[in-house]
Amino acid sequence: MVWWRDQKFRAIALQLLAASAFIGLILWLTGNTAANLAKRGLTVGFDFLGRAARFPISESILSYSPTDHFWWAYTVGLGNTLFITVIVALTATVLGLMLAILRREDNPLAQGAGTTYVEFFRNTPLVVQLLFWYALVTVGLPSIDAPLNPLPGVYLTERGLYLPAISLNGLDMPVRAKFNFEGGLNLSPEFVAMYLGLSLYAAAFIGEIIRGGLEAVSKGQTEAALALGLAPKQALNLVLIPQALRIIIPPMTSQYINILKNSTLALVVGYPDISFVTATTINQTGQALEGIFILMLVFFTISIVTSVAMNIYNSRVALKVR
Amino acid sequence: MTGFVQTQPIAARTAPLAARYNLFRVLFGDVLSTVSTLAILFAVIALAPKLVSWGMLNGIWTGEGAQCTGVGACWAFLRAKYPFILFGIYPPGQYWRPIALIVIFVGLTLYSLPPKNWKTSTLWAWVIGTVIALALMAGGVFGLEAVPTDSWGGLPVTLILTVLSLGLGFPLAIALALGRQSDLKAVKYICVAVIEGIRGLPLLSLLFIVSILLPLMLPDGLKIDKLLRALVAMTVFSAAYLAEVLRGGLQGLHNGQGEAADALSLSWWSKTRLIILPQAISKVIPPLTNTVVVMVKNTSLVLIVGLYDLLSAGRAALADPAWPAPFAETYGFIALIYFIICFSITRYTHWIERQNLFGVNR
Repeated sequence: MVWWRDQKFRAIALQLLAASAFIGLILWLTGNTAANLAKRGLTVGFDFLGRAARFPISESILSYSPTDHFWWAYTVGLGNTLFITVIVALTATVLGLMLAILRREDNPLAQGAGTTYVEFFRNTPLVVQLLFWYALVTVGLPSIDAPLNPLPGVYLTERGLYLPAISLNGLDMPVRAKFNFEGGLNLSPEFVAMYLGLSLYAAAFIGEIIRGGLEAVSKGQTEAALALGLAPKQALNLVLIPQALRIIIPPMTSQYINILKNSTLALVVGYPDISFVTATTINQTGQALEGIFILMLVFFTISIVTSVAMNIYNSRVALKVR
Repeated sequence: MTGFVQTQPIAARTAPLAARYNLFRVLFGDVLSTVSTLAILFAVIALAPKLVSWGMLNGIWTGEGAQCTGVGACWAFLRAKYPFILFGIYPPGQYWRPIALIVIFVGLTLYSLPPKNWKTSTLWAWVIGTVIALALMAGGVFGLEAVPTDSWGGLPVTLILTVLSLGLGFPLAIALALGRQSDLKAVKYICVAVIEGIRGLPLLSLLFIVSILLPLMLPDGLKIDKLLRALVAMTVFSAAYLAEVLRGGLQGLHNGQGEAADALSLSWWSKTRLIILPQAISKVIPPLTNTVVVMVKNTSLVLIVGLYDLLSAGRAALADPAWPAPFAETYGFIALIYFIICFSITRYTHWIERQNLFGVNR
């Protein structure tokens, strides 16, 4: 055999070729970048993280002031991202479960309503939905002088929602002060739009995942459980749900990661999440490479941690095959 | 021997009583259905009159911005602004060109739907159709006035981004998916790194990164416009997602197929082209069409890099101070266009799932 027809030789040559092409591409791109940066007189480095950020973050769950450092601004943005992701994931799971139950009923009215909801929310872009909710709050709701007051202590205005807060001394009701409401819980229009939009959108997908999982368990399983004398509730809890969970968990994981990724759309309505902080930082300091590096690092870390955690859980509930 | 064999047919029996469909029982049979029926009826009774009076009875159908007082829907706004929302800032005298593009793309899509039209000539029709459509949009040829991509907008941009990102992403996706399955470790890990790296990032960040980094990473003097940058981001994004769908098809393929091809001493190239890919792709056609829906919806994200797609054009129209910003009507109109496109593809997916293509047993 001719030496260049040898399989081992070909394998090694191909791999060397692929690896050097890949590394070459990366070197070419970084070389260009370095040349461009040098030409524009930009320096690369993470020193800026220790400087004062000097831009406001309108709302955050961690305390922040513009005199804080850039690294803290990033942390605050990340805190907001994680906060909205977690509460949206919880809300959407509950809503999705309700939706799945609704669509599994014999009631044609319930089925129709569930199907309409799912088809509508899944077949329109999330950005359009977010912008709609944002406009609904900021344009559609009345001014603060004539708030919508559907329940005592609940005020809906163009500046956001004012709700009673639960504190140590009982209910803390919002009270109208000279310019604004004081006390209670204030949800900004940006937060309301993000929370509503992301939850309603994700619920449509989660509902379908749960319904699909329940339907994928063969009907014989439930029938057998009933034939063995289990009560319908037991059949559901002991036979149907444990089997459905195995099917539901993998797509659920990617759905939760999707919620995290979709939360970056906060940039569109102006909720200060991590991408908002990154964009503002790049605007202010011109440190585009570093800003993007941090953003990528954050997303890769969260995605990997989530999928590892879900894989561990998945291997616990997975079918034990001998 | 006396026979025990029945010689006379048994007389026909009456059919068992079918359970009668009882609407009342279906709607109010148990607590759950009663609650949901009442809740849905309540919602309809509470909302429907408001919607009718807002949209129909008090709706403003013609006139100027001053006539929209906010009591009813301002349909006059859509009547005045729909060319802008659909075509962006494209020169109004030249609207036939974006319309031609829409007709070409929709026509090609409709032609490609039935499986009997899935052949090489259709692929060529797409290539030629796309080139003609883009040439019409850009102008500068056939004596047409040149229109720079900065002036493109609305629905054509949405369609161009969808078609090109999927069309260019698909060959890339095949390469990535095959690479990921490869026995060559270096090739495999490069493909895994590329696929997972892109899938780990939100598309929004990817658009953002490409629009900032691409000008930095290319040699000085090489200018790429906004549309092309967005297209690069969307293409690599769709390639990574399509590659994962294709991987499902490749993994679902029986090992014997490849082994049989090897036994027939087909080369790797012929084996992949003639045996592996046709079967792997036909297995994953429904999830592939799902990815199309995802990409159609994702085009709306390009507003972040300042492109005038359908949504950005709608937002720009809302900013007109002569009108009272009827957001519900505008976003409803845009959502409806997306819904028509995506819902049709979803229905098509369901239909294609029911066809047993190529006798592939699932």
